[in-house]
Amino acid sequence: MAKLLIKGNDAIVRGAILAGCRMYFGYPITPASEIAEAAAKYLPRVGGTFLQAESEVAAINMIYGAASGGLRVLTASSGPGMSLKQEGISYAAGSELPCVIIDIMRGGPGLGNIAPEQADYNQIVKGGGHGNYKCPVLAPNSGQEMCDLTMLAFDLADKYRTPVFILADGFTGQMMEPVDFKEPKMDSPRHDWALYGDAESKHNLISSIALDPDELEEHNIKLQKKYAEIEKKEVLKEEFLVDDAEYILMGYGIVSRILRTVVENLREEGIKIGLLRPITLFPFPNGRIAELSQKVKKFLVVEMSNGQMVQDVRLAVNGKCPVDFYGRMGGVVPSMNEISEKAKRWISEKN
Amino acid sequence: MAEKVLKKAASFYDSYFRNPSPDKKMTHYCPGCGHGHIHKFIAEALDDFEIADNTILISPVGCSVFAYYYFDTGNIQAAHGRAPAVATGIKRAHPNSIVISYQGDGDLAAIGTSEILHAANRGENITVFFINNAIYGMTGGQMAPTTLIDQRTTTTPTGRNAHNEGYPIKMSELISQLQAPVYVERVTLYDNKQRARARTAVRKAIKNQVNNLGFSLVEVLSPCPSGWKMEPVDAMTWIKEVMVPQFPIGIYKDITKEVQPYVYAKPNPTAAEIRELIEVIPDTDTGFKRSVYPDQYRNPQIKIAGFGGQGVLLLGGALAQAGMMEDYHVSWLPSYGPEMRGGTANCHVNIREIEVGSPMVSNPTVLIAMNRPSLEKFENDVVENGLIVFDQSLIDSYVKRKDVEVLPIPATQMADKLGNTRVANMITLAAYAAYTGIFGKETLYTTLKTAIKKQRLLEINQKAIDTGYEFGMEKKKK
Ligand SMILES: Cc1ncc(C[n+]2csc(CCOP(=O)(O)OP(=O)(O)O)c2C)c(N)n1
Ligand code: SF4
Repeated sequence: MAKLLIKGNDAIVRGAILAGCRMYFGYPITPASEIAEAAAKYLPRVGGTFLQAESEVAAINMIYGAASGGLRVLTASSGPGMSLKQEGISYAAGSELPCVIIDIMRGGPGLGNIAPEQADYNQIVKGGGHGNYKCPVLAPNSGQEMCDLTMLAFDLADKYRTPVFILADGFTGQMMEPVDFKEPKMDSPRHDWALYGDAESKHNLISSIALDPDELEEHNIKLQKKYAEIEKKEVLKEEFLVDDAEYILMGYGIVSRILRTVVENLREEGIKIGLLRPITLFPFPNGRIAELSQKVKKFLVVEMSNGQMVQDVRLAVNGKCPVDFYGRMGGVVPSMNEISEKAKRWISEKN
Repeated sequence: MAEKVLKKAASFYDSYFRNPSPDKKMTHYCPGCGHGHIHKFIAEALDDFEIADNTILISPVGCSVFAYYYFDTGNIQAAHGRAPAVATGIKRAHPNSIVISYQGDGDLAAIGTSEILHAANRGENITVFFINNAIYGMTGGQMAPTTLIDQRTTTTPTGRNAHNEGYPIKMSELISQLQAPVYVERVTLYDNKQRARARTAVRKAIKNQVNNLGFSLVEVLSPCPSGWKMEPVDAMTWIKEVMVPQFPIGIYKDITKEVQPYVYAKPNPTAAEIRELIEVIPDTDTGFKRSVYPDQYRNPQIKIAGFGGQGVLLLGGALAQAGMMEDYHVSWLPSYGPEMRGGTANCHVNIREIEVGSPMVSNPTVLIAMNRPSLEKFENDVVENGLIVFDQSLIDSYVKRKDVEVLPIPATQMADKLGNTRVANMITLAAYAAYTGIFGKETLYTTLKTAIKKQRLLEINQKAIDTGYEFGMEKKKK
């Protein structure tokens, strides 16, 4: 199979175009800028629009406008920029507008640094803006997934009329790996809710307002049903040597790549350990975690944060077995040896 | 009063079915409010130009948040201040639609200053109606950026004080200073004559967009009897006597006769063309035959480090590319950001027979050091029995470790001899490949063709590969 060796950030843009995305609005920020740069290079070539907005606030609202027009739209940012986008994302969730938002995470809080952290989990997976909403969140860990999950994100966004996130980190964005590209999607079906500037669509209204509390509650219930359906149908995960495992390592994104090597090494030492990697962070693989918690001795969760995903793991495990956490912050990437040592200590600990 | 006139235009709904209030015939505006007049002028213009079907109106946050109750057009309700950005998005999505951004003074001149200035500065082909009533109506009469000096509001209870709140902001003046906007006018509504002028301005601003001329903005000095705590009649007098002297009415900019209309023409490529245009057609084949080589060199985890200009990242990229062509699993990870600005660069490359786990190489099995600081920095990270390759011509010290294999190459010297210092990286690559046997020459040649796009540089790099390869083979024999 002929592949192309390219950066994760670049794979996102080409995947997006193949998925039929023709509009990008964004504001540069390291380590997500290559996404804007690739979008600027390729979108106009295929008849699309690239616009560098004056801020992330403007960018997400341009996305809001373009998504109202029923087109597939993309924006990308990191840390501080994601925080700025949150009001607009809440509006898009409320108005049920499909769009794809990329967060290439960097170190925080504040300006922090540009090293790869995973500390935006709570902000992105739990909603982030105001109101009772969540968005599907996909967490790629390779160049191929940067492309494929971006394409999937557009499908999910349209299917459920919701913003969808790609949550990746600086490493996955900067890393080059071989990527195999699919055929471009050529049809762009008309949405019955969108505005096309014509007679057929003019009675549509894009709005997040419902003045009457009963009406707004009803709208919220509808959103919750949608999230429940997403939880039922869209969970994605990857398992590596889990079937006979006594210990389960969990991590997402770049961490899961390190954990895979840790599992390989510890298996060589005769330790029955496996890796469970959530690919979707919302919906979270609660069912599988609950199932495994009945038979394994321990879950070990590793994140480049203060421990955000681990809270969801604990909820799913629900006290059935111990859950340990190891985290590095500030953009420090835990090394394989460091995690192996930690894991071995956990394993030898009596509970 | 307003609602009677409103019914006339066909672009206005007869019954405001979206309004949850039981009375579907009354607008939600207060008696004597200026919003009704402007709504009417807009609706009439949409009728007359027969563009209601194509129009998308953006309602702001403010008293006109429910403008979508009334206009029989496409409607979007936007976040506070962001209507010009939303307008930009939908106009770019559907350039043939007519997009109207309708905003109050808090919306446009406070929270949304950035969005309006930049939409104007980009010359978005949209029409903006800016209702300046010198107060926040919706939230109950707080100060607006356009509130006059000494004007009392609920947040300036003793009157606006320039030392504390600054001066009223003059948006028409500001926006007309920008190069792109084609038409900016300030109008008012205090009598029939002024309303006729306002009506003309509204029509012109919409017509400009129909003619694809660019960005138009009409600012309307508009009464807010409720916020000002005045009778409607007094409100009109206050505009005439107090507001207009501060906000002079008139045309601030009109270059509509001078500009060329925008032309929207976009390519519409086929699937095959798209793949080509976005460059996802691989430029090399894979399936190159793998060499047979000693076990200790298999599945290398390589760290390559040197100065910024030495082509360290390219060397790493070429290794990963070569690996991919032979169907290995590969990854390439650069150091990025400020780390690079210190003048050093490094990257991590994995070439594996099975899936690559961690792309990060903390303990390399192979270190390629192109300068002294890199050798010193990473030497101790190399695994026992690992391989250290280094540029002997730039590094006057030697590897201190005794438990590793060492391959010194006078790479820069050899490159200079070939006539280009910059090919030291390719010499090193080839020497490493030949010495370990990981890649054959055929693979390296093909790799070059994808790594080096400039034909003129290809030849010298090929020579570098030959020279390095030969050097590596020599060393291997020993
Ligand atoms: C982000 C945000 N901040 C504050 C508000 C509250 N708010 C609603 S309307 C408004 C002022 C609107 O004033 P203006 O734009 O002058 O319109 P008017 O009501 O006078 O027509 C404010 C501050 C909001 N909705 N959103
Ligand atoms: S508060 Fe003022 S701006 Fe709002 S509807 Fe009433 S009069 Fe009009």
